[in-house]
Amino acid sequence: MSIKEIQDEIIDEFSMFEDWEERYQYVIDLGNSLPLVDDQYKTEDNIIKGCQSKVWLHGEQQDGNIVFTADSDAILTKGIIAILIRVFSNQKPTDILEADTKFIDEIGLKEHLSPTRANGLVSMIKQIKMYALAFSAKS
Amino acid sequence: MLDIQAIRNDFPILTQTVNGKPLVYFDNAATSQKPQVVIDAISNYYGTINANIHRGVHTLSQLATDAYEQSRQKIQTHLNAKHNYEVLFTAGTTHGINLVAHGFAAFVKAGDEVMVSAMEHHSNIVPWQMLCERTGAKLTVIPMNEKGELIIEEFEKLLTEKTKIVAVNHISNSLGTINPIEHIIKKAHEVGAAVLIDGAQAAPHLKIDVQALDCDFYTFSGHKTCGPTGSGVLYGKEEWLEKLPPYQGGGEMIKEVTFEKTTYAGLPHKFEAGTPHIEGGIVLGTAIDYLNSIGLDNIMAYENELLRYGNEKLQEIEGIRFIGTATKKTSVISFNVGEIHPYDIGAIVDKMGIAVRTGHHCTQPVMNFFNVPGTVRASFAFYNTKEEIDALVLAVLKAQRMLG
Repeated sequence: MSIKEIQDEIIDEFSMFEDWEERYQYVIDLGNSLPLVDDQYKTEDNIIKGCQSKVWLHGEQQDGNIVFTADSDAILTKGIIAILIRVFSNQKPTDILEADTKFIDEIGLKEHLSPTRANGLVSMIKQIKMYALAFSAKS
Repeated sequence: MLDIQAIRNDFPILTQTVNGKPLVYFDNAATSQKPQVVIDAISNYYGTINANIHRGVHTLSQLATDAYEQSRQKIQTHLNAKHNYEVLFTAGTTHGINLVAHGFAAFVKAGDEVMVSAMEHHSNIVPWQMLCERTGAKLTVIPMNEKGELIIEEFEKLLTEKTKIVAVNHISNSLGTINPIEHIIKKAHEVGAAVLIDGAQAAPHLKIDVQALDCDFYTFSGHKTCGPTGSGVLYGKEEWLEKLPPYQGGGEMIKEVTFEKTTYAGLPHKFEAGTPHIEGGIVLGTAIDYLNSIGLDNIMAYENELLRYGNEKLQEIEGIRFIGTATKKTSVISFNVGEIHPYDIGAIVDKMGIAVRTGHHCTQPVMNFFNVPGTVRASFAFYNTKEEIDALVLAVLKAQRMLG
């Protein structure tokens, strides 16, 4: 699926939730259930220090696509990472570079991508783009 | 007894709803809310007397200058400073500390020591580290115990003739500890060290008497004392302010400028280069009048009651761990619940209209000491209520259920 299609699918899923509690519970469940990154990649090099929570991000190239894995020490952050990974992982570098994250507004999680939340997610998205830029330059 | 409902009516922001719930504002240690008199005073200043000060002969300039200088006098009285020119207007606590730390390069050399404590805000650490980098002096740190209290015996051991200045907070922002600054000041003076007190967390709660304390410098922020952001005060003893070199050069701080040599203006203007935050300085006086109209003793007594109630109620949450349990503390409760990350709790209680601070509160060394990534911090002001504390407890319990 393309990035856009996945985003639409996620928007569709979130539209079934009635209030913030259901949305957050889903994000928390995502955060709790997904093993997101292999321990060997939870290194100092891969760490993105938010002011509040930490994020680890690892990217590698597979068959022309980039596969991302990531983790965080806060569950809500981790749940949103799961959503972002679903969108951006296993995509072509050029598609990743062109994509945006406006869909996060539509699923009612905008505040988590605000710089004031300082949870490392804004830097993580920047880092995802950096990977895409680096890999697209290589290929 | 304070009429809390009447006080709450003074603060228009408190009537708002946030995320569909009545706002519960428990982030007072970060910044206080502003009463209507302060909001009106800001508007009145720009609506009636706005002009540049200390320069013009025209009427508006005179009026603005008078208001600015009257506010300085008001703050002098409030702090019981000996002279009005010992009260410098600054942009806030950070500015005040930087002004002193920068100037102290003139009195500190390699091999000397500069002392801070283990519970300082980054803004009372970094400027001193910069001073040490510039001069080759060494930074020493007063340690604290598990309750979040300074270990005074260790302080006394660390203190030597090499110590040139001791910079400690009156009250810790992340722990709420009230430090025994009278003792620290007395002991430091015995070895000839100057003392700067970071009063950012104390000024909104305590009556401060700089002559009784005998501190050399005392600094606080306007925005934490119901005043405008970008306003603040640095008190300095005359003898120190005379010796201390100017921090910034520019207009207003000079006596005479030629390309060969510039001579500086007298106090306080030597430290007030450029057009200041005129409205901020004036309205800070209004804010202090407001606090005094309620009475800092009344404020402290009521906030202590909120602290006691908050401790008691939050205690009921299973797995709660308080960070900072000093015997003498103000109305700041820092805590964690089980293994839950403070960010997760902060984000969920926000959805229920409750504003708490989460994270390291600009005190990373404190968080490292307690081995936590951060805390949830609820800091109460005199306009908060027990009902709001009940709402916080319910919200944390809900967050715990959702995250558990």
